[in-house]
Amino acid sequence: MKKILIYITILFSLSVNGQETVYPAPRQVGTTVITNATVHVGNGQVLNNATIIITDGKIAAVGNNISIPPGSTQVNAQGKQVYPGLILPITNLGLVEIGAVRASNDVQELGEMNPNIHSIVAYNTDSKVINTLRSNGILLANVVPEGSFVAGQSSVVQLDAWNYEDAAYKTDGGLHVYMPSLLARPRRVRGAGPQQPDEDPVKEGLQKVDGLKDFFREAKAYYNQSSHTNTNLKFESVQHLFDKKQKLYVHANTVKQMLVALDFVKEFDFDVVIVGGSDSWQIADLLKQNNVAVILDTPHSLPTLNDDDVDQPYKTAAALHKAGVLFAISDEDGQTRGRNLPFNAGTTAAYGLSKEEALQAITLNAAKILGVSDKTGSIEVGKDANIIISEGDILDMRTSQVTDAFIQGRKIDLTDKHKQLNERYKRKYGLKDF
Amino acid sequence: MRKAQCFLLSCTLLIGFVVHAQTSFPVNGVADERSGYYVFTNATIVKDAATTLSSATMVIKDGVIKAIGKDIAIPKDAVTIDCKGRYIYPSFIDIYTDYGMPVPQPGTGGFNFFGPTQFNSATKGAYGWNQAIKSEVDAYRSFAKDEAKANSLRELGFGTVLTHIKDGIARGTGALVTLANDNENFSIIKEKASANYSFNKGTSTQSYPGSMMGMIALLRQTYLDAQWYKQKPPGEGLNLSLQAWLDNQSLPQIFDAGDKWNDLRADRIGDEFGVQYIIKGGGNEYQRIKEVKATNATYIISLNFPQAMDVEDPNDARFVSVSDMKHWELAPTNPAALEKAGIPFCLTTSDLRDMKQFTANLKLAFQYGLSEQEALNALTKTPATALGVYSQVGSLDAGKLANFIITSGPVFNEKTQIIQNWIRGKKYGVKDDIYDEMRGKYKLVLNTVNGPVNYTLDFKSPSSASLIGKDTVTSKFYFDGRQVRINVAPERRLDNNLRLSGMVNGTQWSGTGEDSSGNRFTWTASYSGALAEKVDSARKRPSGALGKVTYPFLPFGWEEGQAPRQETILVKNATVWTNEKDGVLQNTDVLIRNGKIAAVGKNLQANDARIIDGTGKHVTPGIIDEHSHIAASSINEGGQSVTSEVRIADNLNPDDINIYRQLSGGVTTSHILHGSANTIGGQTQLIKLRWGANDEDLKFKGSAPFIKFALGENVKRSPANAGQQNRFPDTRMGVEEVLTDAFTRAKDYERSWKEYESARNKKGMTAPRKDLELDALVEILNNKRFITCHSYVQSEITSAMRVADKMGYKVNTFTHILEGYKVADKMKAHGANASTFSDWWAYKMEVQDAIPYNAAIMSRVGLNVAINSDDAEMARRLNQEAAKIVKYGGVSEEEALKMVTLNPAKMLHVEDKVGSLKVGKDGDIVVWTDNPLSIYARPDYTIVDGTIYFDRLKDEQMQKLVDAERSRLVKKMIGEKRSGAPVQQAIPSYEIMHSCSEHMHSHGLLVIDASEAGD
Repeated sequence: MKKILIYITILFSLSVNGQETVYPAPRQVGTTVITNATVHVGNGQVLNNATIIITDGKIAAVGNNISIPPGSTQVNAQGKQVYPGLILPITNLGLVEIGAVRASNDVQELGEMNPNIHSIVAYNTDSKVINTLRSNGILLANVVPEGSFVAGQSSVVQLDAWNYEDAAYKTDGGLHVYMPSLLARPRRVRGAGPQQPDEDPVKEGLQKVDGLKDFFREAKAYYNQSSHTNTNLKFESVQHLFDKKQKLYVHANTVKQMLVALDFVKEFDFDVVIVGGSDSWQIADLLKQNNVAVILDTPHSLPTLNDDDVDQPYKTAAALHKAGVLFAISDEDGQTRGRNLPFNAGTTAAYGLSKEEALQAITLNAAKILGVSDKTGSIEVGKDANIIISEGDILDMRTSQVTDAFIQGRKIDLTDKHKQLNERYKRKYGLKDF
Repeated sequence: MRKAQCFLLSCTLLIGFVVHAQTSFPVNGVADERSGYYVFTNATIVKDAATTLSSATMVIKDGVIKAIGKDIAIPKDAVTIDCKGRYIYPSFIDIYTDYGMPVPQPGTGGFNFFGPTQFNSATKGAYGWNQAIKSEVDAYRSFAKDEAKANSLRELGFGTVLTHIKDGIARGTGALVTLANDNENFSIIKEKASANYSFNKGTSTQSYPGSMMGMIALLRQTYLDAQWYKQKPPGEGLNLSLQAWLDNQSLPQIFDAGDKWNDLRADRIGDEFGVQYIIKGGGNEYQRIKEVKATNATYIISLNFPQAMDVEDPNDARFVSVSDMKHWELAPTNPAALEKAGIPFCLTTSDLRDMKQFTANLKLAFQYGLSEQEALNALTKTPATALGVYSQVGSLDAGKLANFIITSGPVFNEKTQIIQNWIRGKKYGVKDDIYDEMRGKYKLVLNTVNGPVNYTLDFKSPSSASLIGKDTVTSKFYFDGRQVRINVAPERRLDNNLRLSGMVNGTQWSGTGEDSSGNRFTWTASYSGALAEKVDSARKRPSGALGKVTYPFLPFGWEEGQAPRQETILVKNATVWTNEKDGVLQNTDVLIRNGKIAAVGKNLQANDARIIDGTGKHVTPGIIDEHSHIAASSINEGGQSVTSEVRIADNLNPDDINIYRQLSGGVTTSHILHGSANTIGGQTQLIKLRWGANDEDLKFKGSAPFIKFALGENVKRSPANAGQQNRFPDTRMGVEEVLTDAFTRAKDYERSWKEYESARNKKGMTAPRKDLELDALVEILNNKRFITCHSYVQSEITSAMRVADKMGYKVNTFTHILEGYKVADKMKAHGANASTFSDWWAYKMEVQDAIPYNAAIMSRVGLNVAINSDDAEMARRLNQEAAKIVKYGGVSEEEALKMVTLNPAKMLHVEDKVGSLKVGKDGDIVVWTDNPLSIYARPDYTIVDGTIYFDRLKDEQMQKLVDAERSRLVKKMIGEKRSGAPVQQAIPSYEIMHSCSEHMHSHGLLVIDASEAGD
């Protein structure tokens, strides 16, 4: 802790203004070795007193009794905890700078059918939010467009980059569909009178979904022919759903919405991921049967209904785990912008999951769901060296202090705007570090 | 059959007569004055609910009852109507209608955070400033009879109604009218019979008031203004609204509250100004019957019971809460609950989806325990008495209006029909079909060529009769009192069908017929006896046990008699975070007795105590949330930039599940703040989370008065739609001036009162207007009310302090204060406290420099710092939020915990009562499973005043009960549907959540933000 603060202080004396001087780290050269580490692999395993060898940005070796190559850069993790870089699986990072400032938002395009929208092209690597996430151990994020129905395609980015092409980790990994609400509309809040909703939102929503299914059927037929007089960009953009190179992310919370999402598995054999899933505990077995994964949105939420278990949102992850559903945890809170991802996971460990299972939900499981588990998500040989080191348990704010972080073996600068402003005003008041 | 006399006689006298003698109205033709002189004999007369006369006589003339009793001489020149077997009752009175009134078109008024503000009344004329105060409106001036509506009410037995224009918070006067189809001049019994009020702005398009507490403040201020107006203050000019308000005070005052908590709110306004309202309730009074009783009000209760929902689809049922289903189940018990509690009440047809439901729902109310006697009172004497018109209507006594109904039996019996409804001596046939009198067995003789053929005809109704020969066959039957047609196949053979047609001559019918072969014949029928009468079915009782009322009326509420009680509690062998100089004590005991902390130490003994094993557990003081918006019916009164007159305390809402949820997160005290929609917001209320308590008992007794101020983006309404922001201020420059102006006015106001009060000779002086808005500001200037000020950026923080310095007050607390770290030294010099978020930022422009190190820097500079929630979700994890200050900024764990316990207690001026584990302080503690700053810590117990309000083990049991209650109710609703009762679509139990109206914390599928709900 002290070391990093001194480091920041030095940096500060060089440049006082903003994070503009926090440079993306250059490509890793040579070998970096993390020693004496308690390694939380990300797959449930914990290795004590282990060594990690990093070369060419990859994990070359991990385990005990590994010899340290001469000339390597050593990072002593004695007494610390080592984790895979955390993955924020759903975020508007880089698309929304300040929620209430319209001009700073590039997150929702007009129209209901935008399969050909790509989030990556608007991703702003200079967003001030990015570095605050790195400070809490988040090294990768899935940048997701929002919408009223078919919103567009998300891309996974790594969080230490000059520009979006640099940042791209997996481009256009999936299409995002926001399932229409299949709930009867709220009654008029005031006044007596019949409490009847104006229309049937279930029918209306299902019609919309039928339209989408027609679209996929036509798209499928369209691929049967290699050349077209009229090129259809929307059809072209969903081709890889059919060969499973892409996922279909269905943003859905209620049982009815999720049941509708199963249509896409049954008819088109897509890889479907439920995003949100507040009621997913009610149909966990069905999701498992259909190989549908869940990205659980922000466990730090209120229960849906007054009657619900007051801790239901904390317990849903454990219910999914018990049923064998592949699930990840996300943090979409608009006021903290994802930085509390590890603590959302930590809470699920207080309500039924083991700590390693909770960790897996923000590392390896997230990587699997996002289709990047071949490259990241765990500290295993051959994967990118996306690694964080913390003073203590990363899932508990009481002990979570990220001291070092590596993206693709590059040791990144953990300075962020908040730390800089902290230093600036500590200087004003003459406050010393503890 | 003999009953028919009554009918046949009266049938001949159907045409209305005028009961008035001389008149200014010209007659076209020959005068036809009649006095309507009638004698009703041999009737069972129910004079009032307590007095029934059998074989009695009633004489009416000129629309008035002349005599009533057993031995009445029968005047010769009166028409006698034999009512043997009949019952006569006073006709019913409904004192909550808008009969014959123009229907106001709903307005689009109210404060809309995103739209333009309308500051002034749109009513033209010399009226008051607020468009929702329509005290000058008189219903009788607009009254025009409405025969269709009158008829539907008469059919139910009503004869008299109080009618008013249902529009506005003050609605002017109501008129007492009859339901006669007569010239309006004779329908109005009393032109000004009531003054009416409500918690609904109606058509007012003015922005203020935009909240429940704003409506309460407006009413209170209007009472004060009216008093002041009596002096004819020169500055006010003519104010017809205030004038009318004063004039209306002598009338019965009726308040449409519309909900159990609103009942109490209305009653408190009345108490303050010496008015006892007649309160129109909301149908949920049974949920808080004790409190409702304590208002001492007479209630007006609708029989509008919720319809069952279609919950057969479990995915629809999923979103319907147990409370909504239980209200469906228990709403019919409401009248009985009022009766049982001895609360006088009237019944109204108001709010019914369909008038016909009145009878059905009244029967339902009987099934659920309402007595017939009380129902009759509620429809006659009680409303008449409430309006002070019992000398005219409400019973059958000589001298009263001849408003009565004639029924076929006891009025509330299942099969009883109202036959006639007389209003001012004029008859209205309700059941003019005299079939009821003619029904019975008839001997039918067909005079065929082969000789007479005899049948028996069972005449059941005008469309149903059976022919009994060898078999009993149903006929196609038509009967209208004069003509009769029968189409029947006596042997059930289609080729032998008979078609009969004839005329009715009383009990003798005759006519001709034709069989299938074309043979014609004549026929006769004569009455031979009554049908086998079905016994009037006994009152059904609801099947199965009913759900219990819980406090609050929510899941996890407790039943009567099972309220958590104050106990002596000894927590043994825990890690105890004292927040005192002892710091954190290991292996220590905490004893709570009489609601207070009695001892903290090792090896404590208490024989009478409930022992909680604290081994491995942590005990802390209860969490105090300095900034919360739960448990209130409204939060933002944004109609003006200065609304210091509104008070959260006026609209606390104990029916908020978030109280329980936050107890489960260790919160014991919450500061309920007005929102941030305007510069000077409303007065706040500190509460303790006493789950199940009523609104008054939620209050933290003896806490210091506070008020909410706000600066910055919300105050200048940055989120408003482009071009729609017309409310001053629009910049931080303007915000500063709003503050300066408000306190300048407050000082002038205070001085004018002082001058007035110190004047020896007040003659010729006009007392200053008592201004609730400025009163609150004067309290601030006199250090009797403290400010918690929503603030973000350093410029606004500094300027708020400079205005305070200049005006001579202090900003007690800056809340949010996300740039406090930039001006912590200035805040310290001012003496301000800071209450902030741990790590919120980047959701709006003014938080772009917010940093999670803020709390630590401010604390290290020497400020008293708290971490607050401003959010119903985060509030249940405030311990984690405190822990983040260890992470960001490195304060000690003990200091961090104080940021959600002792520090907020200090800034709220209650540190002598809560915030640390010190002997004598309130017994508000939390027993945690782990270090309270850890993500893994969960409260096992949350204790307020020595009462265990959250107990994790009990919570698990309660969850099972909630689930069981859910399935019971779902089953019952499905049963209702299967029994053929009408059901409505399942409506998810949406909830309105109040917030500062700024950030976008999502609270789930069923939560509607108050600003979207137009609240």
